[in-house]
Parts: sequence; structure tokens; C-alpha cells
Amino acid sequence: MVTLARFTLLEALRTRLLWLFLVALAAVYGAAYFAQELAITESARVQIVFSATASRIAAVFVLSLYILTSVVREFNDKGLELTLSFDLRRADYILGRLFGFMLIALAMALLAGVPLWILAPLPAALQWTCALALELWIVAALSLFCVMTFTQLMPAASFVAGFYLLARSLSAIQLISDTSVVGFNVQSRQVMGWLVDALALVLPALDRFSQSAWLVDGAAGWSAVGACAVQAALYSTLLVAAAMFDFYRRNL
Amino acid sequence: MIARDERPVAGVPRAVLAILAAALALQMAWQGTQPKPVARAAALDTPPSVAALRVASLGEPIALAQLATLYLQAFDNQPGVSIPFRNLDYSRVTQWLATILGLDPLGQYPMLMAAQVYTQVPDAARERLMVEFVHAQFLQDPNRRWRWLAHVTIMAKHRLHDDALALRYARDIARLAPAAPTWARQMQIFILEDIGELESAKILLGGLLAGGEIRDERELHFLTERLEGMKNDEKQTPTTKNRHSEPSAPGSKP
Repeated sequence: MVTLARFTLLEALRTRLLWLFLVALAAVYGAAYFAQELAITESARVQIVFSATASRIAAVFVLSLYILTSVVREFNDKGLELTLSFDLRRADYILGRLFGFMLIALAMALLAGVPLWILAPLPAALQWTCALALELWIVAALSLFCVMTFTQLMPAASFVAGFYLLARSLSAIQLISDTSVVGFNVQSRQVMGWLVDALALVLPALDRFSQSAWLVDGAAGWSAVGACAVQAALYSTLLVAAAMFDFYRRNL
Repeated sequence: MIARDERPVAGVPRAVLAILAAALALQMAWQGTQPKPVARAAALDTPPSVAALRVASLGEPIALAQLATLYLQAFDNQPGVSIPFRNLDYSRVTQWLATILGLDPLGQYPMLMAAQVYTQVPDAARERLMVEFVHAQFLQDPNRRWRWLAHVTIMAKHRLHDDALALRYARDIARLAPAAPTWARQMQIFILEDIGELESAKILLGGLLAGGEIRDERELHFLTERLEGMKNDEKQTPTTKNRHSEPSAPGSKP
């Protein structure tokens, strides 16, 4: 398991993933500086919010795409069969790969967070960085689950993107479904409300993670980060178990 | 049904199944204990400058103007909370509308929102702010925006009961918008007549008929009859002039 995690980390270093992410971050901070220059007022606020939001999205995008392409390449190169020909359980393979990806996620969260430690108040920036690492762990587990299940890049990437967008916007959808904007057809609204509530039970509330408001409107407090940690641990376990379930059922 | 390349569920270790079921149950229990999201009304921010939005539009200012219009239109219905118009900051709303018009000067949507949506607020001060906004925007492009000023002219007359304001707007339509149809440019005559300024109304109507601008026979007939009616009214009740106790038409004849 540890060996697999180490090789996953080595692969990321040799494919220059972290350099690629640094370039993406440089572009994000350049654009944030441009936005700050355009702002008439609250320029620091504009810069912090823009850079935090954009680097969060960039981290999720780069990490998930890297995991998907890495595992798909392993499938295509028959590296998976070679690995499993050793005395290794399928569960160990999943866990080893996941630990490697989680280490990469941690490094990416640190890279994204360090500039904010200077720009924003330190406690808030630290909380934001921790929450980003936790969010990226969920994304890593989700990407691994999707690629193990779909085995192909396109469906896996589409599922990850759809899942992430839904998880980020579910609270707003819940609020909208609770409010009668149109004011008629109460039954259909109730059914929609139940469906959305049921969906909220099985999806992680990713909108509660790494909010840029923490950086500009006051720190959220470590209890909020603790709640994110519990959510990340629970959901990563669920996704890993689901990935294992699919992987054990597959004939190689 | 088992796909050809899949093993049966029995092939999955029990520990994995147990962890899967336990994690799902714990996830649902955890989410069930989390407080439901609370709706909070966000204040309407100042719009970015037109120049900044032009940069952000990537060469598609009309598309961005339309997006901004939809954002503004939906602002009173934020997720989970409905904000009454009277609680909106109308000076911010007018800034947004002006910015949208700056991005897309030919668009009529912001004018419609200003004239027909935001004027529905039950607050005279906000209504006045919005009708003044429509008038200010009309002055920038009278031939394209006269219809919205015509609408707020009627509003000023019948909802705000401000005859002076209605007459000022109607005169601006007649003076500055040659592309407006004659009914819009004749509004000032009927407002003058309505507020008792029969003399002024007669002069304007007579001038309009004599000018040969009206060619439609039915319209000509209707307006001639109207002019005759005014003359008869004046003969029968000479005191009708300035029948309103407080004549409010600026520049009206004493």
C-alpha cells in the first residue's frame, strides 16, 4: 500500500503535475491582480475572493483530471494487471492509490493556500487551506471511484463534473425548492422538495467547504473545519467502499 | 442481472459490503443532523464599471448585458427568499440598469424593466426615482426610447397625480422624438386639455392640424372634432380654464 502511494506520488512528480498546477496558480493570481486593478473600491477584497475561488476550481479540475488520466493510462498499459499479479489484494490497490492521490491533494491545497496566508488574515487562510485539502480528498476519492466504475475518461470526467457542480449548488437548490416562487401546484413542489432533501442526504455539502467569505468576512472557526473533516472522512470512506465494490466485481 | 465481465456480488468481501453500508448510513445520519440551509437576503452590490464589464464580456457585450439583466431581474427572488421591491435599493437598481444600457445601448429590456416592472413599487419616492431614470435615458436616445417615456408620462399623470411632471415628459416626447408616432407626440395636448389648459391645447392642436403632419383621414377627423369640442366647451363654460385649483403645468399661459 505504502509502495503504491509512493509510486503514485513519484508519477505525479515525474509528469510535472505540481509544476502544471503552479503555472495554473500563476495565471489565477495574475488574473486576480488584473481584477484588483479594475476594481474601484474594495480592491483587496476583490483580489482575495477572485484568487481563492479560482484557485479552488483550478485545484479540483487539475486533480480530478490527473487522477482520471493516470488510472486510465494504467488500464491501457496493462499496468493494473501487472500490479495485481503481485501478492496484493484489490482493496490494497485502491487504498494505496488513494493515499498517493490524497498526498498530491494535500500538496496542491498547500500550494493554493500559501499565497492567501499573506493576502488574508492567517487563521482564516489556514482554515481555508485545511478545508480545501479536505474537499480535494473527497474529489480524489470521487475521481478514483468514477474511473474504477466507468473505466473510460469521458464518462468518468462527466460524472465527476456533474457530481461536483450538484454538490456545490445543492444548498441553493434546497432553498429554492422550499420556497413557493410561483405559488401553485403545491403537491408537485412538495414532491420536488422531498427529492431534493433525499439527494442532500447522500451528497456531501461541498458549498460548506473553503468559502471565500471566510477570508474576507471573518474566519469560520475551527469547528466549521472540523465539520468538514467529519464529512470528508465519511464521504471518502463511502466512495472508497463503492470503488472497492465495483473493483472486486470486475473480471480482469 | 450480471453483466458478462462482472462477478456476482457474493464475490465482494463482506468487510467491503459492511463498510459500504455503514458509510452510507453514517453519511445519511450526518447529513440528517446538519442544520438546513438558511435563506439570507443579500444586498444588491454596486455594478462594475461599463469598461470593466466590456473587458469581462470577451467581445460579447450584448450577451453580458443580457446576463446582467437576468441577474438583476432575478435579484428579488434569491434562493429561498423573496425581496419585496420596496426593500430594494433603487439607486443601485438604476445604476445596474444604466450599466446594462451602457453595454447594450440598443437593448430595450432595461427600459421595460424600469418603466413597467420597478415602477410597480407602492412607494412614491421610488416610483419617482424610476420615472426620472426613464426620462434621463430617454434624453440620450429619444427616437428609440420614447415609448417608455410615454408609459411613464401616463403613470405620472394617473398614479403619481403629478400633472406638471406628465406635461414635461409629454412635451419632451413631442420636442425631441420626431420618430415617435403622432399619438405619442399629441399626448401633451390631451394632458393640457385635461388639466384645464384649453387655450394651450387648442393652439397646439390647431398647429398640428394646420401643419399637415397628420395625413390619416380618420385621425384628422377625430382631432378636428376634438378641437371643435374644445372650442364648444370653452364657449359653454368659460370658467373651465384652469379648472384645477392648482394649475401645475410649467410654462402654461396664465
